[in-house]
Amino acid sequence: MITRRSFCKKSLLIAGGLAVPLAALELFDPRKLLAEKDEKGPRWVFLVDTRKCVGCGFCVKGCKVENEVPYDANVTRTWVERYVVTKDGKTHIDSPKGARDGFPEKGIDIGHGKLEEIRDDDIEKAFFVPKLCNQCDNPPCVQVCPVGATYQTADGVVLIDRKWCIGCGYCIMGCPYGVRFFHPVYHVAEKCNFCYHRITKGMQTACVDSCAFGARRVGNLRDPEDPVTKVIMTERVNVLKEEYGTKPQVFYLGLSKEVK
Amino acid sequence: MVHGEAWTIKEFFTYPNEYIYWTIQIVMYPFMTGLVAGAFVLSSLYHVFGVKQLKDIARFSLVFSFALLPVAMLPLLMHLQQPLRGIEVMMTPHFTSAIAAFGIVFSTYGMIVASELWFVYRKHFVETALELRALPQPGAADRLRALLFSVLTLGAWDISHEALEADERAVKKLAAAGIPVACFLHGYAGFIFGSVKANALWMTPLMPVIFICSAVVSGIALCILTYILTMEIRKQLSLRRRLAHPEIPSMEELKSAEAHVVAMTSRYLLMFMVAAITLELLDLIFRGYTAVKSWDILRSVIYERDFVNIFVIQYGLGNLVPFFLFLIPGLTIRRATVGTVLVLLGVFMMRWNVVIGGQAFSSSFSGFMHYVLPIWPTSMETLKEGLVGALIVAIVPFCIFYVLNKVMPVFKKA
Ligand code: SF4
Ligand code: SF4
Repeated sequence: MITRRSFCKKSLLIAGGLAVPLAALELFDPRKLLAEKDEKGPRWVFLVDTRKCVGCGFCVKGCKVENEVPYDANVTRTWVERYVVTKDGKTHIDSPKGARDGFPEKGIDIGHGKLEEIRDDDIEKAFFVPKLCNQCDNPPCVQVCPVGATYQTADGVVLIDRKWCIGCGYCIMGCPYGVRFFHPVYHVAEKCNFCYHRITKGMQTACVDSCAFGARRVGNLRDPEDPVTKVIMTERVNVLKEEYGTKPQVFYLGLSKEVK
Repeated sequence: MVHGEAWTIKEFFTYPNEYIYWTIQIVMYPFMTGLVAGAFVLSSLYHVFGVKQLKDIARFSLVFSFALLPVAMLPLLMHLQQPLRGIEVMMTPHFTSAIAAFGIVFSTYGMIVASELWFVYRKHFVETALELRALPQPGAADRLRALLFSVLTLGAWDISHEALEADERAVKKLAAAGIPVACFLHGYAGFIFGSVKANALWMTPLMPVIFICSAVVSGIALCILTYILTMEIRKQLSLRRRLAHPEIPSMEELKSAEAHVVAMTSRYLLMFMVAAITLELLDLIFRGYTAVKSWDILRSVIYERDFVNIFVIQYGLGNLVPFFLFLIPGLTIRRATVGTVLVLLGVFMMRWNVVIGGQAFSSSFSGFMHYVLPIWPTSMETLKEGLVGALIVAIVPFCIFYVLNKVMPVFKKA
């Protein structure tokens, strides 16, 4: 016969026993394993020269095709923003369809399919800013993933395991840069991964290859001879939203204070 | 169509991938866990602190808390893009994530409530089982019930005075252990939001505390409301049945018992409500006063776009009005009913304003997003994350409660 005492004891034992395998699973942290294996490999970084970008959107096109993000879906791994600062001090920003087709309209897209026309005379300055995943060194998206489906490799790139993602969207909420979305076909979290399948084979990313103006470059920060590394080390570069403590690894030349 | 596009309206500049990704189900999730935690805390007030006046409602809220428990998980599952993989949270928890602890906290809490219930109802199980076994000609249904109750006793048939006293001590201990766990279960739902540094509205260390206070408020309110409803039904039944069974409590007895319980419980409701509102206002004032970078956009969301939701419905209808309803002396059942419904509405709107309101602005701080709740489902997506899905989540606990009440009668006098 079971007494209350033994019942309590046994339930505690069962609960404890259940907790042990859970703890064991935690020991296999893919990031740790990878980091131990490979410390001297590359650290991929990106360099965007906003002064060279003309807003043609070829990079967005190239990315969508290369990475099989449905062409007409209103999500994209990389995009280009247009900033128009008027003389009254206002900043007008848009990125219609992520600038997949460039900026066919002169008016600023303000949502609901409406355009805001701005007279040329009112414009103080205007420029384009390409955006992509910052492959943060301290990535909040990795921190918040409850199942470890988003992880950081030793070479700095943050990847998503499509077979393991439960689609909770916590990482989408956790990224301050809005680069994440749900893949319309696979229904899991999706984002730019610096074309990991290409850079690890010595190729350029699809967007770098598509940019005719040299506004985008990818490089290895651990190689002091890399031209991208040289620019980052010697010139006045900036990063986006540093205040979040994410340590972003996409560096910008010619970033203006208006950029969000 | 991209996930989120169906119900998001964008205005001015938002990043191309930004949509309202966390929708009505994520509003339901903290709302439901809040009810679970609140109901449990209410029952513990009696078991641990010996607040005698709450005796009647204590059993009731304990069973109700158990009925709500499985439902706290349901909205999360309905929200996942890959619901079949939900179990991974238990299998490979990634402990830097606030959600990863869910499985552990949740099952610990479930075990505590289940064992507490067992101790509370053990006597009933034993008695019913013995009664059924003693039947001269048991039918198939009786035999099945006898088996069920025998299994539920878990082999502990001793209902001597000492044994029952030991039971009571166990209940007390479990209830005491349950309070911090219940608070953790819910406070941690607040942490899920409060720790998202990318979201200007969510990020505050006050979030878990605010969540706990409003959880207790909503839990108590729901217990009062359901208690009133079941008492009304019992009144009707007793009217009809009293002719045949005079031993059933009379209408007057029921009425006075009801008024007493409701008045007592609503006092605790008020206390927690004051705490919750104080914290929420503190948060708001602090944000306005420090006015960091995000304040501009937050202000336009709080004072302009969501003004009706926040100040009229949540604070006005959901807090202020019930506050006076409960404070005016001579609380009637009808007024208590209206008050609790409004309190529940207020807490629901608080969750809504946090979850949806937190996504009402772009993280570029230059644009807005508006959530249009899908009413009529046109696809699986709008079914799960629309009105229908939310209603399913809201109704299920009552169905479970109905079944549980058959096995563990809430109103049987001990
Ligand atoms: S930019 Fe966003 S998605 Fe990319 S690593 Fe940083 S936090 Fe993660
Ligand atoms: S959506 Fe997928 S990758 Fe993102 S946090 Fe959830 S499980 Fe992890």
